[in-house]
Amino acid sequence: MLQPVCPLSSIAPGEAYRWETDPPVAIFHTEDGEVFAIDDTCTHQDASLADGWLEGCEVECPLHASKFDLRTGRVDGPPAKKPVRTHRVEVTDGMVHVALSEGAQS
Amino acid sequence: MQKVAIVGASLAGLAAARALRGQSFTGEIIAIGAERHHPYDRPPLSKDFLTGACTVDDLALSDDEDLGIDWRLGTAATRLDPRRRSIHLADGQEIQVDGVIVATGARARRPAHADGLAGVHTLRTLDDALTLRDELRTTGRLVVIGAGFIGAEVASSARSLGWDVTVVEGLPTPLAGPLGPEMGALCAQLHADHGVRLKTGTPVSALLGSDRIEAVELADGVRLPADLVVAGIGAIPNVEWLDGSGLTVDGGVVTDAAGATGLPTVVATGDCAVSFSPFAGRAVRSEHWTHALDHPATAVATLLGATAPDTGKAPYFWSDQYGVRLQFAGHREPGDTVRIVEGDPEQRSFLAVYERGGHPVAVLGMNQPRLFTRWRRQLRAVPQEA
Repeated sequence: MLQPVCPLSSIAPGEAYRWETDPPVAIFHTEDGEVFAIDDTCTHQDASLADGWLEGCEVECPLHASKFDLRTGRVDGPPAKKPVRTHRVEVTDGMVHVALSEGAQS
Repeated sequence: MQKVAIVGASLAGLAAARALRGQSFTGEIIAIGAERHHPYDRPPLSKDFLTGACTVDDLALSDDEDLGIDWRLGTAATRLDPRRRSIHLADGQEIQVDGVIVATGARARRPAHADGLAGVHTLRTLDDALTLRDELRTTGRLVVIGAGFIGAEVASSARSLGWDVTVVEGLPTPLAGPLGPEMGALCAQLHADHGVRLKTGTPVSALLGSDRIEAVELADGVRLPADLVVAGIGAIPNVEWLDGSGLTVDGGVVTDAAGATGLPTVVATGDCAVSFSPFAGRAVRSEHWTHALDHPATAVATLLGATAPDTGKAPYFWSDQYGVRLQFAGHREPGDTVRIVEGDPEQRSFLAVYERGGHPVAVLGMNQPRLFTRWRRQLRAVPQEA
């Protein structure tokens, strides 16, 4: 089910928004104008990926440098080993909507 | 190049193997490791592993992947023979290869006069950590020698397990090298916050005890009773095995920024290498985890004759102690100015920026991951004068 989260204009390109749902979700607005949503908490340790370093379609965890692919949730290297969940995003009339994925968190 | 040996089976060695496959090397990879373990993550050894919050399985770095590596673990390399293009191992094997990636890392420096005394430990390997974790199952008086990051993290972990902890540091200010005296002093306050005594400016003169450690004696004559001692007094690069190889060794294997050594079929990376750093403006031996993660891809490209990727990213490290997250990026030199741009040290949450000639060259965050990342990505190497 799509839920309205925030206006796209509130997330500058290259920035992220932390949606305080349970578990929290990070919504990224890339420099190329794409919008992605993934679980916000790094699968390695308690860190908010919305605070991370966004580069292209990857975000680097702000603490320990594991990079997650925003499209697939895959992690590219240690210390994290498990992927994050990705969530479907639609932008309608300037509003970011997210459909939370079913299934367990990593 | 058909057959490559990676000497060293920790993070840098594993990163090199991944980079070889990532850069389309389809030949044979032999990974040689002195430790008996497959690659594992060292940073938690002084933190969650000691306190029991994570297990040996959690430390594994390489599950679920098939890199096609021929692992030779539990046997150290003892000699590199460039004429025969071979590596000799402690168990007598001789392995002939086309290319060598030297990633033998470093080992913990042992305190003087510790030989034969039980209860005196260093912490570098998983086996070290297993032994220390066992020792920490009781409680008592712990003296930590060295107030660097490892020492501080061990003190923090032991304190959380109920130990009475004293940290002794020979220098007047802990962490003054990497962080500078002002920020070093600020970070050192975390010890007192958590009931850990910190004694600075007086070196250790003796370890006392007959079979087991009983006390640590300082140069001013003070004796600190101790049931357990952990020394975090630096690391020594594992490069002795390269004697006679023709490689230049000067505090580590000397390489250029891309890991090239004087031998075209040998590159070096990670903690054992002294490599030119554009951020420091000179060759440095970096012991940072992120360096061991990222630099091997550059060294592998050099070995394969490809263009080495340059991420341009500033050196970065972190330390978790007393529930506080410290993060540092860039490179600080004596004479750099430092100012706090956000937060309040008294609240144990701040961001400090180091500047040289008006340019930001390094940033330190305490419990400020978001702001820290913003500053970190702005750091660029300071152009060097020709």
